[in-house]
Amino acid sequence: MLKNTGIITSEELKPVLPAQTRLEKGPVAIIECLQDIPCDPCVSACPVKAIQMQSGITDRPQLDFETCTGCGACVPKCPGLAIFIVNMKHNVPGKALLSMSYELLPVPAKDQEVDALDRAGKFVCKAKVARVINPPAYDRTAVVTIEVPADRINDIRAIKV
Amino acid sequence: MSRNTEIFVIGGGPAGLSAAIVASQLGARTLLVDDSARLGGQLIKQTHRFFGSSNRDAGIRGITIAEMLCKEVKDASDRLTVLENTAAVGFYANKEAGILSQDAYERVSYQAAIVCTGATENSLTFENNDLPGIYGAGGVQTLMNVHGIKPGRRILMVGSGNIGLIVSYQLLQAGVEVVGLVEGMPTIGGYLVHASKIRRLGVPIYTSHTILKALGETGVEGAVLCRVDERFQPVPNTELTIECDCICLAVGLTPLIDLFQQAQCRMVHVGELGGLVPLHDSAMRTTNPDVFVAGDASGIEEATTAMLGGRIAGARAYESIHGKSPKAEAIVEEAREELRTLRSGSTGERIRWGRERVLKEVGAC
Repeated sequence: MLKNTGIITSEELKPVLPAQTRLEKGPVAIIECLQDIPCDPCVSACPVKAIQMQSGITDRPQLDFETCTGCGACVPKCPGLAIFIVNMKHNVPGKALLSMSYELLPVPAKDQEVDALDRAGKFVCKAKVARVINPPAYDRTAVVTIEVPADRINDIRAIKV
Repeated sequence: MSRNTEIFVIGGGPAGLSAAIVASQLGARTLLVDDSARLGGQLIKQTHRFFGSSNRDAGIRGITIAEMLCKEVKDASDRLTVLENTAAVGFYANKEAGILSQDAYERVSYQAAIVCTGATENSLTFENNDLPGIYGAGGVQTLMNVHGIKPGRRILMVGSGNIGLIVSYQLLQAGVEVVGLVEGMPTIGGYLVHASKIRRLGVPIYTSHTILKALGETGVEGAVLCRVDERFQPVPNTELTIECDCICLAVGLTPLIDLFQQAQCRMVHVGELGGLVPLHDSAMRTTNPDVFVAGDASGIEEATTAMLGGRIAGARAYESIHGKSPKAEAIVEEAREELRTLRSGSTGERIRWGRERVLKEVGAC
């Protein structure tokens, strides 16, 4: 269980995963924030108002997958680094794109090969960096996109440069 | 030498800075003293983004919040005097206190004091816990994030509250290997997103474990852990040796309360708030009507609630001198509503119990 190990189980993850039909349409956010902590920057970060909190800031964020465009504006705003963008509609067969916040040094460069890690920090595979966004407005939280095997998209959640 | 002020704020952390800013903005002559060389308290080492409401400071790094508060202090400098490297060392009768700077001892006479002394770190009892290389998490943060010094190469973290989790992450950012995080409880104490963040970077989290002893002669060379049962008793034959050159203790904080006792404020022990705290009402006023409290000294929480408590104390201390003010009332109302939302939900449960108890006890006196 997440609360014992820090690792989200696949059962716990289910409610925040978009449906297969939505995944096929293109990039979408997955918000792995499963606890009612007092925090809401993701709500105001979303330009299309796809993230809602029903009864105040200790609510868990509710993402409307159909409204979400997968733009990634919420990713660097999350203090918990808990938001990921998955893009299953990638032009390389068998591959998908995964974007995540990255706050370690060195920040990888585009096309660099990095280790893709799972939720326990275990090596999954090598992955190519497809994109790095690190503007001053992100205040030192880079958003790194890697190309990963499409069938491992829900397992990979970190990189080692 | 002696100084005269309307409001005397002790402590330049998030609570004290907020109290001094509000009091001086409302129009009170304010003196703020802090015993360190740089204002900001714990904020100056908090390199992570804050949780909370985006109406306030959520998503902003603690170090940036410190800069924002210091700018407000500067902007209020016609009414607000700041003395760094100056400690408040005692209260006298007749609304007087003593302050000690590097080259002078002075008396301060005030009309209202706001005491925001923060907290001290708890230690833990285990064999060899006095070996060089065993630090408190606050000490590690100061070394690393203020002075740029790594505390070690391989570090073991003890305690899974937000401080233990966040400092582990900051150690990874500094290039230090975190060999594990130990927690006596069966579940992680801090926010789970912080735990996931270090877990996916490879840090093992040992819940239901404790540290039995530190290994080494002249410095830390390792640690022996073991599993504990539901009554926190070591389970035989579960010992596990971990190699490390540093052990970091993040096992809670205790309010720093000596000045309140000296000011003859009534104290109450509330476990949920970290131990003995001065009794205080919803205006943050203690049982000594000239003394207000805010921040961790009023109960261990975190920086955002400390700032809001500071704003309430600053506004009410102003009113205690200048009478009712609609502007002060508005500041208090806003801060109260924000505190209410921050403390709602399951993660705020213990704090709510603790604060309710303080208010109940105040009502009873």
